[in-house]
Amino acid sequence: MEEKHAAIEVADLTVAYQEKPVLWDVDMYVPEGILMAIVGPNGAGKTTLIKAIMGLIQPAAGQISIYGKPFREQRGLVGYVPQRGSVDWDFPTNVLDVVMMGRYGRLGWIRRPGREEERLALEALEKVGMARYSERQISQLSGGQQQRVFLARALVQEAQIYFMDEPFQGVDATTERAIITLLKELSAANKTVVAVHHDLQTVPEYFDYVTLLNVRCIASGPVEQVFSEENLRATYGGRVAFLTAAGNGAEQVEPAATTAGHGAI
Amino acid sequence: MSLTQIEIQLIATVVAVACALPGVFLVLRSMAMMSDAISHTVLLGIVIGFFIVEDINSPLLIAGAAVMGLITVSLVELLNRTRLVQEDAAIGLVFPALFSLAVILISRFAGDVHLDSDAVLLGELAFAPFDRLVIAGSDVGPVALYTMTGVLLLNLTFILIFYKELKLATFDAALAAALGFSPGLIHYGLMGLVSITAVGAFDTVGSILVVALMIAPPVSAYLLTDRLTTMLGLSAVFAAIGAITGYWVAHWLDANIAGSMAMMLGLIFGVVFLFAPERGMVALAQRRARQKWEFAQAALTIHLLNHEGTPAAAQENRVEHLSHHLRWQPPFAAEVVQRAQRHGLVERHNGYLALTDDGRQLARETLMLAT
Ligand SMILES: Nc1ncnc2c1ncn2[C@@H]1O[C@H](COP(=O)(O)OP(=O)(O)O)[C@@H](O)[C@H]1O
Ligand SMILES: [Mg+2]
Repeated sequence: MEEKHAAIEVADLTVAYQEKPVLWDVDMYVPEGILMAIVGPNGAGKTTLIKAIMGLIQPAAGQISIYGKPFREQRGLVGYVPQRGSVDWDFPTNVLDVVMMGRYGRLGWIRRPGREEERLALEALEKVGMARYSERQISQLSGGQQQRVFLARALVQEAQIYFMDEPFQGVDATTERAIITLLKELSAANKTVVAVHHDLQTVPEYFDYVTLLNVRCIASGPVEQVFSEENLRATYGGRVAFLTAAGNGAEQVEPAATTAGHGAI
Repeated sequence: MSLTQIEIQLIATVVAVACALPGVFLVLRSMAMMSDAISHTVLLGIVIGFFIVEDINSPLLIAGAAVMGLITVSLVELLNRTRLVQEDAAIGLVFPALFSLAVILISRFAGDVHLDSDAVLLGELAFAPFDRLVIAGSDVGPVALYTMTGVLLLNLTFILIFYKELKLATFDAALAAALGFSPGLIHYGLMGLVSITAVGAFDTVGSILVVALMIAPPVSAYLLTDRLTTMLGLSAVFAAIGAITGYWVAHWLDANIAGSMAMMLGLIFGVVFLFAPERGMVALAQRRARQKWEFAQAALTIHLLNHEGTPAAAQENRVEHLSHHLRWQPPFAAEVVQRAQRHGLVERHNGYLALTDDGRQLARETLMLAT
């Protein structure tokens, strides 16, 4: 892959909750327009990494830049899909309303969403195949539908960079395919996506880059260069079984009843 | 109705609605206990403010109370962040400490002023109309009506202006922060509002019952609607109903008005809790019963489908064998068969059950969903 403009650069990032370090000296370079997976066992600090980049957690040390500038100057360029379980889905509101929240950043304080925001939200719902559900109360959605709503909400942010925390968690196969198609479209439009991912098997198929994280950054770079048995072993400890298959050179990896999220198929 | 009675009901209604509006966000943020703490600790702010300005009617007392409300919230969060105490335990530590300090200060140093502890705990709405606001020599109404209308307007204005920010920060604080709306600022703004409301409500309903006025109307409304705007409106309506009916109950029973208001609000909640059309206990029980029968009918069609056209069909699909094969009690099996027949899912041919086209389709669909 040719050398590209850096969308995100993280240098020497250390984050601690109280005294306990959760991320140690993490370096990460994300070129513009790529799809990057962040993988690592539960509690590896994947969510923390995303939150620290987005200024939601104060790091103990390190630098973070988005297109060469600090995050707070670049908010408008960043879209966010939090972990689905991070909100209360019994909140009294409907699908359209939640998607419109993605526009609040553009609106700024006090100004209310109007026709234009509604149009954009409906357009985004169309893209994720949820247009029919715009008036649906959010507590009545399935897991996959909730994930699509969050995705639509990120799309209306019209960002350059998207952070997604476990976008495939608990979704059905159809939704997974719909999401990956969407990610490829974003990438084709030169948008950058960084997503926490659990299914090691699909990493080479879905993503261009991968960061292997377990408190420290074990490796980060193009999938074909860093997604190796050795690095995976370093990330997951001895808990991953491997099958090295002939083919396109990428490793076929099978998480044997070990890592969280998707188990072995 | 005498003028005094009308005035009392007006004050009660304004107090109740003023409490219910910020209460909606407290309920959605699971902060009921925090509001209880605030409504007590603001007393310490009033007492300290009183020692400084030595005037019980000074508006500075309200400022002092609001600051104390925010201090309460920060202390609880500080304790909680150490991860040594849970949030509810932190509230349980901070609130009695500050409140008891206030009570000690009052009984020790301010025994002769209006701050007596009975009034502090329960308030006395019945006396509120006797404190008149006199402007240029003419009586324009009870002071409490003006202060509480002021608080109500403040709450209404705050919620109208920052509706979008309150909604976002309550539903998804992380997104609010990422988009540049400081959820901390919104949080403390709301807590300041709760503190001011608590102080305002203090005189009339006392500190114990403020929490009931803040929480009961929103939780009732929550069970009835899927929209935040409707929840706000319904909460205000319930608050007003509770205030007025509460007044009359107190009148007939010769009881404390604030207490009767809280009781009526509790009653409203009880009724909603039982009979809310979708989320009430009765509706839930009905739905569960319906689902039980629907599930049983689906199981029956699947059983019949599995044996359809096999040699065992004649054996398996006899009505009296169902209870054995599906492990159903015979009366239950008979009821399921009867319902399935009524819905056109199965037909009975002299003792044997056969699927209709609809029944076959239901079985297939159920199996599809399960895989
Ligand atoms: N608010 C918090 N306070 C203290 N520790 C936390 C907090 N959030 C997460 N942690 C800890 O930080 C570590 C990393 O968490 P997280 O980033 O959520 O991991 P991942 O997303 O990779 O599963 C975990 O050990 C977790 O227990
Ligand atoms: Mg996580």
